[in-house]
Amino acid sequence: MSHGNMTINLKVWRQKNSRTAGNLETYEVKGVSEDMSFLEMFDVLNEQLVSEGKEPIAFDHDCREGICGMCSMYINGRPHGPLQGVTTCQLHMRSFKDGDTIVVEPWRATAFPVIKDLVVDRSAFDRIIASGGFVSVNTGNAQDGNSIPVPKNEADKAFSAAACIGCGACVAACKNASAMLFVSAKVSQLALLPQGQAERQDRALNMVAQMDTEGFGSCTNTGACAAECPKEISLENIARLNREYLGASLTK
Amino acid sequence: MSWLTKTLTSSIGKKVLMSLTGLFLCTFLLVHLIGNLQLFKHDGGYAFNKYAVFMTTFPLIKVVSYVNYALILFHAFWGLYLEFQNRKARPVRYAVVKNSSTFSSRNMAILGTILLVYIVVHMGDFWYKFHNEPLPYVQYTENVITGEVVTQKMPETYTQEVKMVEMTNEAAGTHTIVVKDLYEQVGISFQNPLLVIFYILGMVAVGYHLYHGFQSAFQTLGWNHPKYTPLVKFLGTWIFAIAIPLGFAAMPIYFFLQH
Repeated sequence: MSHGNMTINLKVWRQKNSRTAGNLETYEVKGVSEDMSFLEMFDVLNEQLVSEGKEPIAFDHDCREGICGMCSMYINGRPHGPLQGVTTCQLHMRSFKDGDTIVVEPWRATAFPVIKDLVVDRSAFDRIIASGGFVSVNTGNAQDGNSIPVPKNEADKAFSAAACIGCGACVAACKNASAMLFVSAKVSQLALLPQGQAERQDRALNMVAQMDTEGFGSCTNTGACAAECPKEISLENIARLNREYLGASLTK
Repeated sequence: MSWLTKTLTSSIGKKVLMSLTGLFLCTFLLVHLIGNLQLFKHDGGYAFNKYAVFMTTFPLIKVVSYVNYALILFHAFWGLYLEFQNRKARPVRYAVVKNSSTFSSRNMAILGTILLVYIVVHMGDFWYKFHNEPLPYVQYTENVITGEVVTQKMPETYTQEVKMVEMTNEAAGTHTIVVKDLYEQVGISFQNPLLVIFYILGMVAVGYHLYHGFQSAFQTLGWNHPKYTPLVKFLGTWIFAIAIPLGFAAMPIYFFLQH
């Protein structure tokens, strides 16, 4: 790893486990290159901590190319840091200046309890998906592409919704810790396509019910979620979820 | 649990109740402003005082006004309940927050609480006094042919059982009414600069509340469409957040400056 000459002061949330209270601890990281990603800077810090015989900072990461949704840092008051439309792994140290102090916190929500340091338990999202984010199809040979016509416009909207990587930045950004943008993306991507019609009503009803059970807040349309979403999922999806849910409630 | 209770107590259903009651209150505000614009007429309060009697005696309006009071209370307390519920969804606050949402949208509950206090004071100022206090009476004699109105204050000891006494003198071609002088009461109230400032601040709160509230109500109902959303946002901003609060705020300022 190429070392640079930036020095970064970090205030990082340290929490032993879900049962203990945490606090912000201060660290100084020297030799940071502006070409490092934010996570690589954390790797450098962790190596430093290990060599000092200290406990390294636990943080989630996986693909490091912006598609897995694992990296979940709340950086200087914004999920995934100051840039728009990127995840933490796509944030580079050139977005900061030498000597900057950066505050890093975990996602904060009742439904996302802290497991350790910056790692939160996002299995609430998995349970919401399990409650309705699927289509029941008889698997077999793939159908001919032209046998199920899908208008281009609808396909584009479904694809934009399907870009959601389930990172939870919407919950982290929302003042109510609401999961509406996530759920709306997952409901929309299937509601817009022919394959999603069979369970369309049940999906909206069950996923909203599960979302409420998990303890997320309700949506007050502040739009912070869409502004902070690394995949720039639109608020139109939330309006669609409202229509899907209310329509299903009235007619199912 | 019936399907209706289940729907209305879900997170989306709770917001739908806020949305529908909020839109009803927006309609009320528009009607209230149009009626009150009669305060600006140079007629010694003739039109406004007649309007006040009509609004408190016409049965349909009376029913609607009690529905309105109930919905104001429902909207306020349901909103506060939702705010407290939403706060429970994030028990540990962030140390640093850089918001990417509007001031209005983040502060609906505090703006709403200011408005509830405002409404209580406002109703105490005019509604309570009009209904329960011995306000002085005023007599208007309108010449039916020329439309000329002669205003005459009644003696302070004068009182009447009904809200409006009407007399027609066919020989003289005049129509006379005697009503409580709420118009005068408005003028007296707004001689107090503190009350004028309080009313203006109330209208600032209305403006910020509706800047988010009006368009948010449509989004909650699922009304988000490239054809109509620009219109909703336009109305929410220019009519409900700016024009209506300005119209109301002009009233205390107008009476204060007259005095």
